[in-house]
Amino acid sequence: MADAEALLEPLIPALRRFAWALVRDHDAADDLVQDTLERALQRWGQRRPDGDLRAWLFTILRNLHVSALRQRQRRGPHVGIDDAAAPSVAARQDAGLEMQDMLAALDQLPEEQKSLLLLVGVEDLSYDDAAKVMGVPAGTVMSRLSRGRQRLRSILETGRTTLLRRVK
Amino acid sequence: MIGEDELQAFIDDRLDGERRAAVEAHLAANPALAQRVAAERRQRDELRAALQAKFDEPVPARLRIANLAAAQRAPRARLWTNIAAAVAIFAVGATTGWFAPQVVGGITPSPVATAPTVGVAQGATAAYRTFVVEVAHPVEVGVQQEQHLLQWLSKRLGRKLVAPDLSGFGYRLMGGRLLPGGSGAAAQLMYDDASGRRLTIYVRAADGTETAFRFQKEGDAATFAWIDQGFGFAVTATATREELLPIAEAVYRGFGS
Repeated sequence: MADAEALLEPLIPALRRFAWALVRDHDAADDLVQDTLERALQRWGQRRPDGDLRAWLFTILRNLHVSALRQRQRRGPHVGIDDAAAPSVAARQDAGLEMQDMLAALDQLPEEQKSLLLLVGVEDLSYDDAAKVMGVPAGTVMSRLSRGRQRLRSILETGRTTLLRRVK
Repeated sequence: MIGEDELQAFIDDRLDGERRAAVEAHLAANPALAQRVAAERRQRDELRAALQAKFDEPVPARLRIANLAAAQRAPRARLWTNIAAAVAIFAVGATTGWFAPQVVGGITPSPVATAPTVGVAQGATAAYRTFVVEVAHPVEVGVQQEQHLLQWLSKRLGRKLVAPDLSGFGYRLMGGRLLPGGSGAAAQLMYDDASGRRLTIYVRAADGTETAFRFQKEGDAATFAWIDQGFGFAVTATATREELLPIAEAVYRGFGS
């Protein structure tokens, strides 16, 4: 397991960042990373040595996240991402407003777009690796990326207009 | 002709020089499109910036591969050690009169929940969760000032506090801190082992004179708590019950003397 330790340790900060961006709760994010690493260790022998380790870990993490989301949806009434009320922008402090805005806007995207924007835009996965993580063809990645970015932009622009109006 | 895919690759800085120049020329001729692309690029940078602090955080001990791998090697032996531990706890109960109620997975309904040990165990677990992940300031007073630490905490607790020697279990004292606990103060002593695994001893005033040993597991934090002559004690670590029991017994003996 010594090789597992040497190969996995450097990737943990990125996994924590991805997990936190997905769930936005520090403890829940670390739970997700822990589950991911435990699973990776259990299946360490089964991984393809030529495959990209990072992409493999992101795949495990995202699959765990998606199945947890599904479980939550099955459990009780769920407010769809499209119906969710926009978070109150005016209530927030000025400091880090743009960052808060950005993450709050990201939270309003459907999971597929949110994950993809993070994998490509933040984690720098290649389009091919991102397609593998998401389990979709490369073409779908490109169109989803385009839609996700446009949607994020429109959410941010609406949010910022609202803020300006309230400040006046 | 420039397609949407190429615009995305341009936003991601993934085009070679020639295609990049072609996209730039296309954008120069289409100001509205250029504005959109610039906004999406900025958005991408802002998203990265918003998540940078999370990336820079130190990795908590529970996510270290060595700790996770060690936890995975354990299950093989777990069935038999569980049986052995169950027998051992029975034996302890029979010989010392300790009664060992269990709370697995957190709070159970009353009347058990009203036992003073529950409050102590919960306070200990909460303090453990808060400070065991702390990297910069895990303790308020370090082991370098052990004597001062123990005098200070003893004074605030109203009871002589010692730091039991747990080196036999591989744990050494890091230091301690004062916390609010129940109606008064609580003291937390923190230990760690060679792999960075942490253990805490938590002491505060508590009602009752019972010496019941209570085991509680909340998430991965396992706690043994008991009350002795007006004070509640708890030992908490990320450990199995069978690992923690001998340590709890040692701490009990350490404070009993």
